[in-house]
Amino acid sequence: MILIVDYGVGNLMSVQNMAKKAGAGAIVSGDVSAVKDADKIILPGVGHFNHGMKKLRESGLVEALNHAAMSDMKPILGICLGSQILGNGSEEGDEPGLGWINMKCRKFPKADSFPVPHMMWNEINIENPHPLFATMEESARYYFVHSFFMECADPSDVVATTNYGQNFASVVRHKNIIGTQFHPEKSIRYGLALISAFNSLEKEDFLS
Amino acid sequence: MIIKTRVIPVLLLQDGGLVKTIKFKNPTYVGDPINSVRIFNEKEVDELVFLDINATPENRGPDFDLLRDIAGEAFMPMAYGGGIRSFEDAKTVLGLGFEKVIVNTLTHKNPEVIREIVSVYGAQSVVACIDVKSSLIGGPTLFTHSGATKIKTSLDSHLKNLTNLNIGEIIINSIDRDGTQFGYDVKTLKRVTSQVDVPTVACGGAKDIESFVEAVNQGGCSATAAGTMFVFRGKHRAVLISYPERKLLVQKLP
Repeated sequence: MILIVDYGVGNLMSVQNMAKKAGAGAIVSGDVSAVKDADKIILPGVGHFNHGMKKLRESGLVEALNHAAMSDMKPILGICLGSQILGNGSEEGDEPGLGWINMKCRKFPKADSFPVPHMMWNEINIENPHPLFATMEESARYYFVHSFFMECADPSDVVATTNYGQNFASVVRHKNIIGTQFHPEKSIRYGLALISAFNSLEKEDFLS
Repeated sequence: MIIKTRVIPVLLLQDGGLVKTIKFKNPTYVGDPINSVRIFNEKEVDELVFLDINATPENRGPDFDLLRDIAGEAFMPMAYGGGIRSFEDAKTVLGLGFEKVIVNTLTHKNPEVIREIVSVYGAQSVVACIDVKSSLIGGPTLFTHSGATKIKTSLDSHLKNLTNLNIGEIIINSIDRDGTQFGYDVKTLKRVTSQVDVPTVACGGAKDIESFVEAVNQGGCSATAAGTMFVFRGKHRAVLISYPERKLLVQKLP
């Protein structure tokens, strides 16, 4: 069972619709027991970094999530803000992140030809292959909406990069923890392929 | 290959069905929204815009049940407009799986609600739709209530208001070009895009991909929207849902 974490931030319904389309058993919950019971976890999120982290802490789920991520090594997929909070923090605010991946989020520099937010369909270039993208089509494109980008301390944590005036990490990964800056739930069949893979891969596949 | 320009079908809702208008009048039934969304899914469109053209004129809110059904079938970014009167309306629509709410009347009547939506969900979740009629004398005129109510505010001062509200995106919807396929009102597009920094969507009058190119290159828009072009085919306006080949869009658009 996949748990879509409800901490009051993000488009839960879209993620659940896509999980359903992918044939995955998925529930939306903000309960500690659901985190404990889940085989895999999706951490959605949109909006301000501080707001997201505050809501997550208020939800009382952080301890259970830490346990799921670090001790149980459950596969966890962060989406958009849900991916950014996997790191140490962001230039968007002073709240610390979950600290599961050694990275920080930085604001896109202002440039006339690259307005912020980066709101468009864009492609990803695989830097360190991951089974989630094993079947990725050459024509694959994904929907992005964000003003801050992830910057990994360890280049081997970068699964894929995307170019928007500069190359930035669009998919990050450390062991069982994965984050996508784009929205797979809004990326038509390319996003569907990703969510299907997340559903069907074995726990061990995420650790290899 | 990746292009920045988004190409967006605009679908008009009326009494639970999809319709298409000409100059905001004479709605013609086009089909069932859920079926149409499934087809647009297959066609891999960049984004979908839904406008309930009766909501504000009938002084009611969005049809949430219908929007829930639509969202259940749509796996691309979506925006909804029509009858968004309160923060709660916006919250519900966004919670159903729409990325953006589209507002017009609210920008004139109750801008405080817009500030509230922007502060909670971010500027990128709020789109202003400007329904505008061009006239030879006196410049562009703004309307609300699906073209039934004339607004005294000038286009230029309205744009200043929208900028102050920190709105995330603007749809420039030409009433006199709607459904005509005469091409976009490039003059008005230019007038808007030269005054704002946010993404802008051209709407009303699109005939073909060349219209899109014109809206972007001449009009300065970041996205192009169309209705008729994607739901009708031929002189007799036979209903046929279509969307340009991606190859062609990539070739023609920046």
